[in-house]
Amino acid sequence: MFRRLHEPDGQSVSIDFEGEIINVAAGETVAAAVLAAGAEHSRTTPVTGATRLPFCMMGACFDCLMEIDGIPNRQACMVRVENGMKVRRQEGKRRLEA
Amino acid sequence: MFGAAVAYGLARDGVSTIMLDGADGSLRAARGNFGLVWVQSKGLGLQRYADWSRESAHLWEDFAADLRDSAGIDVNHQNGGGLNLLLSDEERENYRRNIDIMRQQAGADGYDCEIIERDEIQKMVPGLRVGEGVAGGSFGPHDGHVNPLKMLRALHRGFTQLSGRYFPCNEVNHISHDGGVFVAKSAGNRFTAPKIVLACGHGITKLAPMVGLNTPIRPQRGQVLVTERIEATVEMALGSIRQTDEGGFMFGNSEEETGFDDGTTLPVTRNIAARAVKAFPQLENVRLVRNWGCIRVLTPDKCAIYDESETMPGAYVATSHSGVTLGAVNARHISRWVSTGDTPPNFDQFSARRFDVPATA
Amino acid sequence: MSDTVDFLIIGGGPAGLAAATLADELGLSTLVLDEQSEPGGQIYRGIETVHPKTLSLLGEDYGQGAEIAQAFRKSGAAYKPDASVWRVDEDGMVAYSHNGKGATAKGRRLLIATGAMERPVPIPGWTLPGVMTAGGAQVLLKSAGVVPSGRVVVAGCGPLALLVTQQLVTAGVNVAALLETTRIGDYFSAARHLPKALRARNYLSKGMKMRRSIRAAGVAIHSGVEKLAAIGDNRVQSVSFQSGGSQSEIPVDSLLLHFGVAPNTQITRQVGCDHEWYEAQRYWRPIRNEWGATNCDAIAVAGDGGGIDGAVAAALTGRLAALDAAHRHGVIDSVERDRRATPIRAELGIHSAIRPLLDALFTPPRDICAPKDNETIVCRCEEVSVSDLREAITLGAMGPNQLKSFTRCGMGPCQGRMCGLTVAELIAEANGEPVENVGYYRIRPPIKPVTLGELASMSD
Repeated sequence: MFRRLHEPDGQSVSIDFEGEIINVAAGETVAAAVLAAGAEHSRTTPVTGATRLPFCMMGACFDCLMEIDGIPNRQACMVRVENGMKVRRQEGKRRLEA
Repeated sequence: MFGAAVAYGLARDGVSTIMLDGADGSLRAARGNFGLVWVQSKGLGLQRYADWSRESAHLWEDFAADLRDSAGIDVNHQNGGGLNLLLSDEERENYRRNIDIMRQQAGADGYDCEIIERDEIQKMVPGLRVGEGVAGGSFGPHDGHVNPLKMLRALHRGFTQLSGRYFPCNEVNHISHDGGVFVAKSAGNRFTAPKIVLACGHGITKLAPMVGLNTPIRPQRGQVLVTERIEATVEMALGSIRQTDEGGFMFGNSEEETGFDDGTTLPVTRNIAARAVKAFPQLENVRLVRNWGCIRVLTPDKCAIYDESETMPGAYVATSHSGVTLGAVNARHISRWVSTGDTPPNFDQFSARRFDVPATA
Repeated sequence: MSDTVDFLIIGGGPAGLAAATLADELGLSTLVLDEQSEPGGQIYRGIETVHPKTLSLLGEDYGQGAEIAQAFRKSGAAYKPDASVWRVDEDGMVAYSHNGKGATAKGRRLLIATGAMERPVPIPGWTLPGVMTAGGAQVLLKSAGVVPSGRVVVAGCGPLALLVTQQLVTAGVNVAALLETTRIGDYFSAARHLPKALRARNYLSKGMKMRRSIRAAGVAIHSGVEKLAAIGDNRVQSVSFQSGGSQSEIPVDSLLLHFGVAPNTQITRQVGCDHEWYEAQRYWRPIRNEWGATNCDAIAVAGDGGGIDGAVAAALTGRLAALDAAHRHGVIDSVERDRRATPIRAELGIHSAIRPLLDALFTPPRDICAPKDNETIVCRCEEVSVSDLREAITLGAMGPNQLKSFTRCGMGPCQGRMCGLTVAELIAEANGEPVENVGYYRIRPPIKPVTLGELASMSD
């Protein structure tokens, strides 16, 4: 579990994480926002379905893969939050869009 | 893949067998295995090879069961037919002409492959939208696919469990023949046996002359692309675009005359990606995670070579680029040929001596 | 369309920024491709945007990054953030993705300044949610002012473990314990290097002071910790370990791991630079000359990507590479290059004198690098365990590449970044040979995943 040292001041944006609207600091990464929101897991693995959270936070480990604005398997630690962004856990293997 | 299949077959028949292999960084034609058990494009110019490929495809189900029993690995063999997508009218026309030639060549035995239309393709691949640019496809009922990584591991594990002995990091650089015994030397070791099979891909070029064989092969590069895992979408075996049982899509069909350079190039990978997206537009935002170049082993007519040395009986060569398709016949017929001398019918047609015959004027 | 520049730099950390600033000053057309969104790299992550309250607890070393970033911003060097490089060719061509589009750029001279990553060391349970790298926690702190809540344990070895513990304690985080896998004896053997390196004395006393203040804040420090394991069902609930012959278990909400850092060699390996094994720190590094030049004609390496030496040295090696680039372009002659390099080298020499001390202090124990427990996951992407790897090694997979074919270890999206060092250690241990002889994965493009659409739409 994580917490913020200071609440997002002036420049906060809101994103939709699994249907819940959360206020996050502008400019931070999706991974930081999801961790600060108290997510228990951000993906399940495509091999065994094990739960994971971001691990390295610097783009190396690929454990932070999430579905962001409908695009699966994005590295949440490399994507910055934007107002109105839709963020979903990556559940196992990705699907193809219709 | 050729060597491991023959070695596995020998061990399975109870023959005391040693498998010698190169080092971690050795050039490995097996890296290029796409996983297709493919018949429809095989044997243009050598009908015996077309028959051989079809026979292997038919033996594959038993072979897969055999591997499951001896190695405990399911190689995910599927034999529901194979579809090759044709992405332009020109490709379609060329393929149609090939089918005509193959039909003529096969005569009474028949050649089972037909051109099908886009709407039929869509029915065969219900999980994916077929692109507008698909000009048709060729469907072969004998085709199928397996997981080539699992196949390689199953052959190795099966071989070891059947008491075969495996010596990696022992690339053979010299073979001699003395008093009915072959002596194979690597950098640090020496191995002896009454019989020796050369199934070491491009290593054959150096070793075959040492046992009195002439085996003309050349390198050809193919680049392969693999994507992230995707939920199962396509069951059918597709030539040059297939989904593996793990979920990744594999692409690759380049044929490059670039010697032994097994690198990858941006223009070629880009073209392969463009073809994939043209065939199935939904693949556009799918991520490529792996890409490599492999060096195929090609004979002058792209068909297999199987030979026994005339001057040093007991020395054999077995090679072709189709290690997966031919896995079943290699593990059954070729191992038997080596251990008992029994040859399949018309087997001499596979000899490299076919290349010595001057073309008729 | 490909942008061609005199000097193309991959990486916006201290090495890349300092190199770009100087190259621009020397008149070279310069472009920096950065995977991050703003300059600073990982060490100075968030330096331009950090919250003032957070800045004060990160310490003055971090604050020094502001100067480097400002100088870079003032220079005329072009900067392309959010550029994810996925292919580099030996002639200096770089393919990258930016805002969902594929693009290329070409440097007549190319500098790879992609820094380091924390050494991934598998322990039982390290894939559980709630287990993170200490560096990852620091990135959260620097870039977002986010810290672990509840009870935290930091475990491993290396200066960063100490620093992050200190920073978290200052931020008011409840750090229950610091578990050091180095032995107390390491400090004594390290002390032998003291007379040779005066700065080392400062460094060591700084470290000792930090340890004292951490302890004073109520953090239990255990040294010579072994058999570290994260325990929990769907997330980490406790950490178990052995220390001084006794077994302990501490309940935790977060476990932060750190086992030193290693050069990020994905790009240097992919493009074909020769590498050497550095036994003192158990990692591979590209072979470079005194200007950072590699065996690839157009390519140099600067910063921690060439060997771990820290942020200050990184900036210095970046400047040396810039001088060499200017010389190769005929902008300055060799006399001028060498003249300008002299003070840089002098500073670098003082700085590097501390290296033997750090190596002695923080060398990761070999038995930690080759995990013992059969169930431990080595490849986080494909979930390949120690026992899977051991079986394949027994079957005859003699190196990392055959092992990969046999087990899928290293085939996932991280491209072996998380398992490459461990796999080599396991093979070396099983076969009783040095890691140096085992080698590494053959790294191929794409070194970051790229969509088929991006690839298909690339122009020549």
